[in-house]
Amino acid sequence: MSEPAAERTPAAPLLSVRDLAKHFPVRGGVVHAVDGVSFDLAAGETLGIVGESGSGKTTLGRLVLRLIEPTRGSVVFAGRDLLSLDRRALRSARRSMQLVFQDPFGALNPRLTIGAIVGEGLTIHALARGAALRERVAAALARVGLRPEVAMRYPHELSGGQRQRVGIARALAVEPRLIVADEPVSALDVSIQAQIVNLLQDLQQALGIAYLFIAHDLRVVEHIARRVAIMYLGRIVELADSQILYATPRHPYTRALLSAVPAIDPGERRERIRLRGEAPSPITVPSGCPFHPRCAAAEARCRSEVPALLGSADHQVACHVFPV
Amino acid sequence: MLATQAVLLAVDNLQTVFPTAAGEARAVDGVSFTLDAGETLGLVGESGCGKTMTALSMLRLVPPPGRIVGGRIELAGRDVLRLPERAMRALRGGEVGMVFQEPMTALNPVTTVGAQIAEAAALHGGLSRAAAHQRAIEMLRMVEIAEAEQRADAYPHQLSGGMRQRIMLAIALAARPKLLIADEPTTALDVTIQAQILDLLAALQRQLGMAVLLVTHDLGVVAERAERVAIMYAGRIVESGAARDVLRAPRHPYTRGLLASIPRVGAARGERLTAIPGVVPDLLHLPSGCRFRDRCSEAIADCARIDPPLIGHADGRCTACLRVAT
Repeated sequence: MSEPAAERTPAAPLLSVRDLAKHFPVRGGVVHAVDGVSFDLAAGETLGIVGESGSGKTTLGRLVLRLIEPTRGSVVFAGRDLLSLDRRALRSARRSMQLVFQDPFGALNPRLTIGAIVGEGLTIHALARGAALRERVAAALARVGLRPEVAMRYPHELSGGQRQRVGIARALAVEPRLIVADEPVSALDVSIQAQIVNLLQDLQQALGIAYLFIAHDLRVVEHIARRVAIMYLGRIVELADSQILYATPRHPYTRALLSAVPAIDPGERRERIRLRGEAPSPITVPSGCPFHPRCAAAEARCRSEVPALLGSADHQVACHVFPV
Repeated sequence: MLATQAVLLAVDNLQTVFPTAAGEARAVDGVSFTLDAGETLGLVGESGCGKTMTALSMLRLVPPPGRIVGGRIELAGRDVLRLPERAMRALRGGEVGMVFQEPMTALNPVTTVGAQIAEAAALHGGLSRAAAHQRAIEMLRMVEIAEAEQRADAYPHQLSGGMRQRIMLAIALAARPKLLIADEPTTALDVTIQAQILDLLAALQRQLGMAVLLVTHDLGVVAERAERVAIMYAGRIVESGAARDVLRAPRHPYTRGLLASIPRVGAARGERLTAIPGVVPDLLHLPSGCRFRDRCSEAIADCARIDPPLIGHADGRCTACLRVAT
């Protein structure tokens, strides 16, 4: 009797976000910070989230970790519905998801030693104490290229690059499966950025951590992320394999964004697509496609219908005029 | 006799220092460069390299206890370091405009933007109040702000970052300066707004025949917007020349390291970036010899003994490195 061919079911994604939204009521209206975002992130993968001010990318990062309560939508992490967990269960789930912040100066408690900062998560989750705790802190510091003696220093004694390494060590100490990195290198000098980007890539290879890499710098994101999502006014307008996105962008906003990146190599330069005006504030999101007031290709449909994010696994676009 | 471009700004061996309890930090340690009329020179470097202090020194705006202790700055034929304070005040905002990185902190929060532009116009143009107000509206149009008359009555906090930076430009240009010093003018802005502001700056430059000293850390901005570039490291210029040439074929190991550490759009993904090891030296504890040698993959024994001077090559480029043949 022949055996049935083994079926290859694709592994379930580590993180699955569906129709996530966050609306903040303010005087004068509602801020639609995030307005219906969906994506999957596989274990060990890096998804880049790129957007300019008002795009909602930072709010999205906080929503995924449930640091802010969403207005609607779902977040499923490692098979568990994050939004249905009670406080205790959420705290335990948080062990597997960590955040690295943008500002290496503001992200570290100035009154704690580096050792206390890096070990805080281990203590809170009761994962280690005493000598075992010190060992794990030293191991986390070593992983990010810092010597164990650094554990006795205070944040103000370290450089920006060193502080960012400490932020990463802190995130690593509890052995997370997902790290949300919100602009982790933008406050650093270019040569230090390269060190930290290399470090993040090495850690991913060694430990299989997935990254949600939020940034505005397309150059860094393209280098580190396998897939990239471009956000505009709270929505994803294009989501694609990063090489495909950079070679053949479809959405007019993506194309304008790419054309605006200053390129050192004349060969890399794209024809500048000038956008009209500035992004409207997220309080007054335009009807239909949020980008239509600035889009040279806008048609009547664009003013009334919100385009859905459609396409193939490798490339999706939310655009009536330039679908995949 | 060779015909030369009019040299607008000539800086020779500038030295600006900061006394600290632990010693004197030489933030600008013997910097020399020239800027021609209408030209853009990019002054590039990472934190602590001295580029902002160099820019501030041009207008004697170094914050105390820092001070200029040596060198010469010649602007449109005048010896800037010898001018009386009254003449300096006429220069600042008059023949020389300045634009800074953070428009929100540089603008007066309690005055309308129109009034701030008009103030600059009146001070340096000797205009009446009515004429200055008219000039302010003109400037708002010149920096492409829509509905100029209405916008003139706005306060800075009511405007976006990009708009505020346009206001800064309007103030800096109100008196039609010959030279604009722009210190990281677009770093705090979104990339699409950055492109708009830099395009605007280029257009205004052509219109006004203005030179620009563009201080930035972004080599891409320099590549697209500057004719010449000077790379700074730990208070010194380590390489200079035509921007296109320096960036295409860098000679100094620091310049090469910098270029190699920048991710390029379109390059193979997953490749490690070639990071420069180590960190910028503490100005109070500089290594002997070359300041870059601790981080340099090409350092030889002599690099620890000899502090390489900035030497000119036959092709007009300059490099401060023992390993580079002239």
